[in-house]
Amino acid sequence: MEFGNSGMLNEDGIHVDMDRLKKGEVNLGTSIMAINFKDGVILGADSRTTTGAYIANRVTDKLTQVHDTIWCCRSGSAADTQAVADIVHYQLGMYAIQNGRPPTTQTAAAMFQELCYENKDRLSAGLIIAGWDERHGGQVYSIPLGGSLHKQSYAIGGSGSTYIYGYCDANWKEGMDEETAVNFVKGALQEAIKWDGSSGGVIRMVVLTKKGANRHLYLPDTDYTVRHE
Amino acid sequence: MPGFDFSNHTRNAALHARGVPLPKATSTGTTIVGCIFDGGVVIAADTRATSGPIVADKNCEKLHYIAPQIWCAGAGTAADTEFTTALISSQLELHSLSTGRKPRVVTCMTMLKQHLFRYQGHIGAYLVVAGVDPTGVGLFTVHAHGSTDKLPYVTMGSGSLAAMSVFETQWKSKMTEQEAVTLASNAIQAGIFNDLGSGSNVDVAIITKEKTTLKRGYVKPNERSKKQKSYVFKRGTTAVLNEKIITREEISKYVTVTELGTETTLGEKMDLDV
Repeated sequence: MEFGNSGMLNEDGIHVDMDRLKKGEVNLGTSIMAINFKDGVILGADSRTTTGAYIANRVTDKLTQVHDTIWCCRSGSAADTQAVADIVHYQLGMYAIQNGRPPTTQTAAAMFQELCYENKDRLSAGLIIAGWDERHGGQVYSIPLGGSLHKQSYAIGGSGSTYIYGYCDANWKEGMDEETAVNFVKGALQEAIKWDGSSGGVIRMVVLTKKGANRHLYLPDTDYTVRHE
Repeated sequence: MPGFDFSNHTRNAALHARGVPLPKATSTGTTIVGCIFDGGVVIAADTRATSGPIVADKNCEKLHYIAPQIWCAGAGTAADTEFTTALISSQLELHSLSTGRKPRVVTCMTMLKQHLFRYQGHIGAYLVVAGVDPTGVGLFTVHAHGSTDKLPYVTMGSGSLAAMSVFETQWKSKMTEQEAVTLASNAIQAGIFNDLGSGSNVDVAIITKEKTTLKRGYVKPNERSKKQKSYVFKRGTTAVLNEKIITREEISKYVTVTELGTETTLGEKMDLDV
């Protein structure tokens, strides 16, 4: 087992420089986003996971369900984000049983934040939580690397997001209808995939409304125009 | 002195700083694959084990038993794949006994990922988990850090690139058992011939709803052929300078002498050049 940290012995003792991602760790060099629209929220992601220069999975599902209408977008270490999402999935299941009602998106986001903040020096996880609940309707929360929690009208994340800050800022409109919102997410992710080498493959989306969760899939063969699944 | 002794840690750090490398574990620089077909799943592996540049074992087993209908192919550190699969196999059997249900592939995958995540990648086990359970067919990969993937065809190990190129060019949905076995075997052979870390034979395990079939040495593309000439030295090549005979009675004064069977009744013969 090799690690990216090199051990050195100085006069002041042992010096270890830790890389954020261990050598050979599976990375979600990603483009992810979630937005609010008129009837709820939409989550979107590319499908590329890499180990170094190798694409370990070209059809990854980075949109993970943690409750009926609460989902998250995962970026960073695949192992870390899967572990965190699995824990919150369990906690929300218990919460719903014990309280006899489904959890709110805010509750889910707070659970994610607690794990990400308390273990900040052990984790490399950048998450976007989006959900729909009876009380607040659609909501989007972002939890970047340090474990802070931000409620936003839309959130973008992952390595590919740097290329689409301008696109999103220029094209964002409050209270879009579903079709316009889907096209906004798709357009932004297409740009992110185009410019970011660590992002690629298919575009996956989840539309969360009063009616529940609805999955979309767009393939590069048809230039992401045709909806599958 | 009561308590823990950390002096070895200081010693190891000092040796490491002076460029002394850590001892090398036997790694399975490996090609392993898995592929779903209509009604079941097939996994396959090469049989080479390496220790640095040395081939440590020419015919090792990389397909591990988890449950009758769940099998695992392992890459990475040989000892880690061996013990991790054995541990989870044991826990899954107890779990199956206490619930009174057949073990599931997702349960196995979850137990493996949670075990490996706890050890933060220090357990170097890279696994392909495959099986059939009451919910249907399952095929997963589990990385040493605890991340998992669910795909219709998978490859892992140093030969994974060679094997994946075969899948990406020849795979199709809805294959028969024989088509899937041939494709998996071809993928392993791509690893055997194009990756230095992989070699020797192809092992295959086929799992269907009805039964599991382990085919050890399904293909043997590297059989050792008979040498055209004999390279045995003629008797008397080495000159006898002096001779001293010690009788059994004489040596029995110092050690216990036990009579053993003839050469044929004793275990396997050593592999020698003739």
